[in-house]
Amino acid sequence: MDERSEQLTVNQAPVIEPGHTFATVTDKISSIVLTRPTSNGWLIGFGLSFLVTMVLLYAVGYLFVRGVGIWGINIPIGWGFAIVNFVWWIGIGHAGTLISAILLLLRQSWRNSINRFAEAMTLFAVACAGMFPVLHLGRPWLAYWLFPYPNTMNYWPQFRSPLVWDVFAVSTYATTSALFWFVGLIPDLATLRDRSENPWLRMIYGILAMGWRGSARHWSRYETAYLLLAGLATPLVLSVHTVVSFDFAIGIVPGWHTTIFPPYFVAGAIYSGFAMVLMLAIPIRKFYGLEDFITERHLDNSAKVMLATGLIVAYGYGIEAFMGWYSGNRYDSYLLWNRLHGPYHVVYFALLACNIFIPQVLWIRKLRVNPLALFLVSGVILVGMWLERFIIVVVSLQRDFLTSSWGMYYPTRWDWATYIGTIGFFLACMFLFLRVLPMISIFEMRTLLPQAEVKE
Amino acid sequence: MKRTPIYGLMAEFDSPTDLVMAARRTHEAGYRKIDAYSPFPVDELAEAIGFHRNGVPLVVLIGGILGCAGGYLMQWWIATVSYPINVGGRPYHSWPAFIVVTFEMTILCSVLAAVFGMLALNGLPMPYHPVFNVPRFAFATKDRFFLIIFSTDPKYSSAATRSFLEGLSPRAITEVPS
Repeated sequence: MDERSEQLTVNQAPVIEPGHTFATVTDKISSIVLTRPTSNGWLIGFGLSFLVTMVLLYAVGYLFVRGVGIWGINIPIGWGFAIVNFVWWIGIGHAGTLISAILLLLRQSWRNSINRFAEAMTLFAVACAGMFPVLHLGRPWLAYWLFPYPNTMNYWPQFRSPLVWDVFAVSTYATTSALFWFVGLIPDLATLRDRSENPWLRMIYGILAMGWRGSARHWSRYETAYLLLAGLATPLVLSVHTVVSFDFAIGIVPGWHTTIFPPYFVAGAIYSGFAMVLMLAIPIRKFYGLEDFITERHLDNSAKVMLATGLIVAYGYGIEAFMGWYSGNRYDSYLLWNRLHGPYHVVYFALLACNIFIPQVLWIRKLRVNPLALFLVSGVILVGMWLERFIIVVVSLQRDFLTSSWGMYYPTRWDWATYIGTIGFFLACMFLFLRVLPMISIFEMRTLLPQAEVKE
Repeated sequence: MKRTPIYGLMAEFDSPTDLVMAARRTHEAGYRKIDAYSPFPVDELAEAIGFHRNGVPLVVLIGGILGCAGGYLMQWWIATVSYPINVGGRPYHSWPAFIVVTFEMTILCSVLAAVFGMLALNGLPMPYHPVFNVPRFAFATKDRFFLIIFSTDPKYSSAATRSFLEGLSPRAITEVPS
């Protein structure tokens, strides 16, 4: 085989390896939940991430006792880690919705084997994201004041504020992601109900499956509803990060007040989200032996999405720098100078390396289908996208219009404990999900088989 | 001994193609109270049993319109009637600022309508259903395909319907007790 045809075969790597039947697909995926014994690897992984979740609980408990003063935030840098982490987590969530909704509308059938756990990832990432603004409120127990409800104070939220828009965007997004995920699970829960030997499991899965029996009328309504949900989730996911970027862009702080923020934020969100999908998919396919279902094609396609969105992000950085110079506005050009030469310049150069330069290795096909290389590049991108939010939040607030109100921001151990704690919480949720629910959509995998086609 | 009433006659098939063919012939033979079960969505199947339109899109449209109108009216009422705040003489009814929340409320209500409307139209949750009495029906969520003719169909007769189903060469035919 010459090099060209070898490349073609890689190009056409199937989305599901040949030789599978409806029964083998069903058994292979459902057995991970039903019959496979709980492995030591799972116990250790879950145990460690649960321990880190306890760190989160400790940090949050101390926060409730002492208030936000335990964090490194101050005036002028009032936002700090809480908002950096909020934007980072919610961005990660976006890839799940992109995979499950937008790729469904575009009829990209390769999405079927990764959409379930990508949606679960979305759900848990949004849960982590949602914690931060609430913890940052100062009096988190009054978070319900953010919602419009009749109250004895005769008091309503201010609907002209982007922060209130954000409450609506994020809570709609969390609700939609949860429902979309659950609707996708119903037929598979019915499969688990019918496959499990244990009467308790049968009852639990049976209650969750709500009596699904696969009637043609039900499937017809189900498919319509699923397609409409995808159609609704698509503008929603674009709006969510747009609204998150409005939190910044509506303000007048140098570096925030720009019109490029919405598209640049959405691209960055998908960029980091696909990096997280790959960081989860690569170990999962290895440990659970799912190379038949999550093939090289999935790795290759996800890497291409990262490459494309990464270039959009790079364009955003370029335009930001260009506008800093071209506007002639002294505060905007000072911001550029401050990023390149100010106290946080190391962070800015690390950001450029992680988000722009290192990911360019993905142009090489060999690395796109090499799980280890892809895993490492994805990790670099996740770090890079976190640094980007740090630059946006901290470096802009640090030195704005008046030199008398300049300041510095140093995260405390509580900032780090809360951030690392949410990573533990996220991983603990993922471990539980892998153990009790089918991580790949069984019924959608069945439709990918050649025998699923009706031959006239 | 009391005889259990019969809910219908169920035939089992191996492939989606067999099921669609059988469903078409059943519908052509004049049976109308029929249903088909498959482990994954088969687009041709709903057509074959004569189910052409479903009500989900209308429910979602209604949900979307209610969410959109409700979201906007809520903000208008709060900003102009219940809690007007004068900021340098700017208009109370500042509609461009209300677009984002109106949009989010439209999506939220449409999504709720799509999910709960679909479940309600499907009659779910329904923990008990007579088809679950057939032990082989557990395979309807794995790799088998089923066709049922309900005993309420005017053309239904125990012997004639059974011999009709046998003509479709299924793997097995089962009586479904009610």
